[in-house]
Amino acid sequence: MKGQESMTKAAQSENLLEISGLQMHFPITRGVFKRKVGAVRAVDGIDLTVAKGETVGLVGESGCGKSTTGRLMTRILEPTAGKVVFEGRDVSHVGNKGLRPLRRDVQMIFQDPYSSLNPRHTVGSIIAAPLQIQKIPTPKGVKAAVQDLLKLVGLNPEHYNRYPHEFSGGQRQRIGIARALALRPKLIVADEPVSALDVSIQAQVVNLLDDLQKEFDLTYVFIAHDLSVVRHISDRVAVMYLGKIVEIADRDQLYSNPRHPYTVALMSAVPTPDPARRNSAQRNRVLLTGDVPSPINPPSGCRFRTRCWKAQDICATEDPALTARLGDPESHQTACHFPVAEDEVVAGRRPASSNA
Amino acid sequence: MSTDSLAGLTMPAGPAKRPFLEVKDLTVRFNTDDGVVKAVSGSSFAVERGKTLGIVGESGSGKSVTSLAVLGLHRTRSNATVAGEIWLDDKELVTASDEEVRKLRGGKMAMIFQDPLSAMHPYYTVGAQIVEAYRVHHKVSKKEARVRAIDMLARVGIPQPEKRFNEYGHQFSGGMRQRAMIAMALVNDPKLLIADEPTTALDVTVQAQILDLIRDLQEEFGSAVIMITHDLGVVAELADDVLVMYGGKVIERGPAADVFHEPQHPYTWGLLGSMPRLDRELRERLTPVKGSPPSLINLPSGCAFHPRCPYAGRNGDRSFTESPELRGGVHAVACHLPAEDRQKIYEQEVAPNL
Repeated sequence: MKGQESMTKAAQSENLLEISGLQMHFPITRGVFKRKVGAVRAVDGIDLTVAKGETVGLVGESGCGKSTTGRLMTRILEPTAGKVVFEGRDVSHVGNKGLRPLRRDVQMIFQDPYSSLNPRHTVGSIIAAPLQIQKIPTPKGVKAAVQDLLKLVGLNPEHYNRYPHEFSGGQRQRIGIARALALRPKLIVADEPVSALDVSIQAQVVNLLDDLQKEFDLTYVFIAHDLSVVRHISDRVAVMYLGKIVEIADRDQLYSNPRHPYTVALMSAVPTPDPARRNSAQRNRVLLTGDVPSPINPPSGCRFRTRCWKAQDICATEDPALTARLGDPESHQTACHFPVAEDEVVAGRRPASSNA
Repeated sequence: MSTDSLAGLTMPAGPAKRPFLEVKDLTVRFNTDDGVVKAVSGSSFAVERGKTLGIVGESGSGKSVTSLAVLGLHRTRSNATVAGEIWLDDKELVTASDEEVRKLRGGKMAMIFQDPLSAMHPYYTVGAQIVEAYRVHHKVSKKEARVRAIDMLARVGIPQPEKRFNEYGHQFSGGMRQRAMIAMALVNDPKLLIADEPTTALDVTVQAQILDLIRDLQEEFGSAVIMITHDLGVVAELADDVLVMYGGKVIERGPAADVFHEPQHPYTWGLLGSMPRLDRELRERLTPVKGSPPSLINLPSGCAFHPRCPYAGRNGDRSFTESPELRGGVHAVACHLPAEDRQKIYEQEVAPNL
């Protein structure tokens, strides 16, 4: 008995965050009485575990529900169904008061460093706010604590009294990171933290996030649409499409051996910064036709079937389960009836022009 | 003033013939309350028909201002001064009258903007806007223009063009909106197409579609294309020649293959080192450029890149006092480092980390 108990505890402590069957449906209402006429199924049943110390990347195109998932993980949103379990505690429907301790352990970095900082507050008060709200003791005073944080993220501690508009985009993102770090959280959910920044600044912020993870033993959920940045930073990567995870695997496994046709298409669409390989890249590119369908009325069965070149009848009737396919390790799961094999010749619906 | 020559880029070198678009010593200044913004300083480049020029740089490097100057869109702004020469098909545009430039704009030269939602009028249907663009430059009936507009919508891959003709911009998805924008730009068969970050707001799979479309249409119409972007991947996909801008100046210019395979300027090295790449082995760390881009009001003395350049002190004071000129023929670079030193640094220190 005792051994069993300690074992479950060990398993719990390994997984910092567990989400299961998570759904978020935003109601669409009409008329004076706010009659519900439908729902945007932003997140439609996803399972994901995040182990302590790892970085999980969440990629997908706009509208695939990755940001909503991030907001559910931090409990900024309350899920329609499913569970969010943080350190063994179910927090899916906990109220504001019960969320207080969660807020200390889970923090978020937002995409837009212009709208996520209050323009009327000084940098000092923005970063001090979490400390004061959570009543964290600061032995050397709040100001010293904030200045330490500023130094940590590579900003000048003397800029304590400045306002956000006096900083550049990259510096603002550093302020957002300092604010997220103030409470020494265990989990940081970063929602497109570098996509609003210039290339050279992007690399600085990515390196900073790397260093902070090593220093404070942080766990990241890194949400982004940029596949190359996600590859650089993540240990495991989940690919989302229309509210569902279509493929999840260890980084190297996913990038060297993508199984889901959508993952294959996504990766082949990334432009290669090498003019010599432009012709071969274009020849091997899978061009998806059309747009992502509306999450109000997703296609039946597999949601990707409307844009998939491998789709057959079964795809319209049966939703493929997320499991290991084609002899992949247990950690590499794909939701597809016809996963792409290693040596398969992948072709888009339309052959690329012969001489471009 | 500039010692470089434009000959030898991927264009036929003929002494008598001017390239289709030639920009010489273009300088754009804006007077503001905070001071003079030196948005573009002495930039020169050329594009031939059927070729694509990629302009790369971070925000505030002057790449968009350059393209707006070519279209003459700074003319209406009272605080802007444009100097230099812009030759489009043997016609000088800086000194031309407003009316002359207005006739060219949308006709011979057109632009695709970054954000199609704000570039389109929310009050008019997409079709009406394309019809208007066509009728400004062609004396045709509304009916004929409508046929032409629907044809263009179909050509850029919009399904059900007759139905889409009557819809508004907000009813289109991001990718479709950008396609409609391209249809609008191409409706008059422009000989010069300027695309200002045409795919930045789009998802990668849609971006691939749009880049493919631009490539196909260029082949079909034989236009000269200027592609402005911060994404080196997009440039590598499309461009024949590349221009790297920093602080309002062209700091490196050359055929795409040369710029990507033997980049010469430390800033270009930094840009290439900053981006993680899917086609390379994973690196433990990225190698970013330190610091942040300069303010165009208060540009650093000497070489504008010197505060961020790891090799700035190697020439005594030159980097801090003297602004380097763009030199070197086909593949030109504006850097004080001697060519041999640059070669050595690139091979030994930079290339292994890319």
